[in-house]
Amino acid sequence: MSAAPDHRPRMADLPLGERIAKAMPVLLVPILLVLGFLAIGNPSSWLTLTVSGLAMGMMIFIMASGLTLVFGLMDVINFGHGAFISVGAFVGISVVLALAEWAQAPSLLLNLGVVLLAVLAAMAITGMLGWAFERVIVKPVYGAHLKQILVTVGGLIVIEQLIHVIWGPDEIFFARPEMLKGAVTFWGAALEKYRLLAVAIGLVLFVVMRLVFRRTRIGLIVRAGVENGEMVEALGYRLRLVFIGVFIAGSALAGLGGVMWGLYQEVITAGMGEEMMILVFIVVIIGGLGSVEGAFIGALLVGLLQNYIAFLEPKLALISNIALLTAILMWRPQGMMPVVKAK
Amino acid sequence: MLMRLISGDRPRSRILTLVLLAIFLGLLFAPFLFPGVRALETAARISIFILLAASYDLLLGYTGVVSFAHTMFFGMGAYGVGLASQHMGRGFGPLILGSLAAAVLAAALAFIIALFSLRVRAIFFAMITLAVASAVAVLVSQLSSITGGEDGFTFQIPRALGPANRMGEVMGVNITGKILNYYVVFFISLALFFVLLRIVNSPFGTVLKAIRENDFRAEAIGYRVVRYRTIATCISAAMAALAGSLFALWLRYVGPETTLSFEIMLDLLLMVVIGGMGTIWGAAIGATVMVLAQTYLQDLMGSAADATMAIPMLSRLLDPDRWLLWLGVLFILSVYFFPSGIVGRLRGGR
Repeated sequence: MSAAPDHRPRMADLPLGERIAKAMPVLLVPILLVLGFLAIGNPSSWLTLTVSGLAMGMMIFIMASGLTLVFGLMDVINFGHGAFISVGAFVGISVVLALAEWAQAPSLLLNLGVVLLAVLAAMAITGMLGWAFERVIVKPVYGAHLKQILVTVGGLIVIEQLIHVIWGPDEIFFARPEMLKGAVTFWGAALEKYRLLAVAIGLVLFVVMRLVFRRTRIGLIVRAGVENGEMVEALGYRLRLVFIGVFIAGSALAGLGGVMWGLYQEVITAGMGEEMMILVFIVVIIGGLGSVEGAFIGALLVGLLQNYIAFLEPKLALISNIALLTAILMWRPQGMMPVVKAK
Repeated sequence: MLMRLISGDRPRSRILTLVLLAIFLGLLFAPFLFPGVRALETAARISIFILLAASYDLLLGYTGVVSFAHTMFFGMGAYGVGLASQHMGRGFGPLILGSLAAAVLAAALAFIIALFSLRVRAIFFAMITLAVASAVAVLVSQLSSITGGEDGFTFQIPRALGPANRMGEVMGVNITGKILNYYVVFFISLALFFVLLRIVNSPFGTVLKAIRENDFRAEAIGYRVVRYRTIATCISAAMAALAGSLFALWLRYVGPETTLSFEIMLDLLLMVVIGGMGTIWGAAIGATVMVLAQTYLQDLMGSAADATMAIPMLSRLLDPDRWLLWLGVLFILSVYFFPSGIVGRLRGGR
């Protein structure tokens, strides 16, 4: 009879250092908040800047989440994603302008109704557009990155130009709905109402997405598909259908982000999607391709950093994002929370 | 001799040879064949864009890496020459120094970008170059005290290359410094074009093609994929910067609109795709076709838009400002249906 081997398994926690390293991406946001507070020194300006940074971050996250999932699921990099942002903004703002009476009425209910209608219209249109885009532009070039990039850039240009054809070549200026103008004062800090709304929408959306991914069957399939698509298909799921669903949802989210960004800026141009795509790409890369949580943290970092730097040293704001990207990639070459492996 | 000049990379199609010869002779004798300022302007643009497209093809066609920062390097060359001439006075010294410094700087920047992105996966490169290029474009238009902002700035080039320098008459054409300038641009472009041809037909170029076809296998055979891709990126950036220097020399002006805009990047993509990815000859044909189309077809669109004034949507679609729309459609169609471009077609559908 052989005796049990002579070792005692121990239940040991990871050392503190490793646990911190694991949680580091999540800790970066509070660290940045504290650093910002120390650098700015004035609590009320800090609060104002933080809220606007968070609002910006939430909007970027909404636009970026779809892109990162699409890449994770099917290894498709969609440079045309920016076009959905622009189209969403134009559709949504057209609704706001068409319902000008509601928008100007000093009633919160009517105002929010206008925003809701604008958002729904934008999401419906961009969702359908996303479906068509997947069919016509992306489908024929699966598996070929080079062609994907080329073709989706072509798609971006065509959609952007069609916006010019439909809505005219000029940018459109407009006013936000009545009750969303102005700011509330809180501890001596002026917080724009609309920014608070944007933060709220972003937070709700993130929580809902997390619930869907962690608690539902479809979320499970999507997450599994991102990690190892072939295995999920071998288990009998039709990943292509899932993928088309995610593509449509991601496009609709880009449309939502577009409306929100348009309302934030109070001006829309056909090129706005292209401009936002730069930030979206930065967020997706530093978050780690395929990771929704990573994109969320990345978006908050980008938003906060840009607002703090713009206040502290306006000239540096232009390159703050590139600096952030460089720093993160030096620290973690795959991004903060890479999910996509071996593809 | 000729074979050595083109590095043994023959066009391999009779029509292709004829077209290339026509382009070459047309550009060589442009001041005599096509009199007029606009024709000369177009010829110079073609020469420069052939070089630029060829340098981009080294990256896109031979290495299989998509970069959106090629106009950034192009702009670096242009601003290098512009700034050097502005601060050091007119003369050949600043021109040479400016363009060489810009080329070195461009290669260094390309090296840094490549280090960050190519190391992980090639697809990062496309996204990061896009981000960096747009940041640089914004930076250039913001730092107006140095770069002249959105307006850019003009500068003076040596008197010998200016229109005031008259050197007599040949075949009924007044030879001015402007024509001399054209030949400087043309011959430098031609020489650099042959250098690129040499590079892609060297063992180094063969390795690049192997990486493009199957990077995993190339790595397994023992070639350091990242190193080769990085070197190709640096060479292509330096070449783009030199093309930018020539462009600035020709225009005697630099500005973000002419060197850094995303539209030029798109033109460049289209030149390479239409001409045929993975052949330097394709870049030459693509650049010629695109520049000609841009110069002369946009007028045609304008008159078409006027003619269809009565039909509301159609005339808007045909507006010359919507030139990019048709470019985009053409681009998608050519990626789908002519991935090997004009050259691939002429060589017999390969």
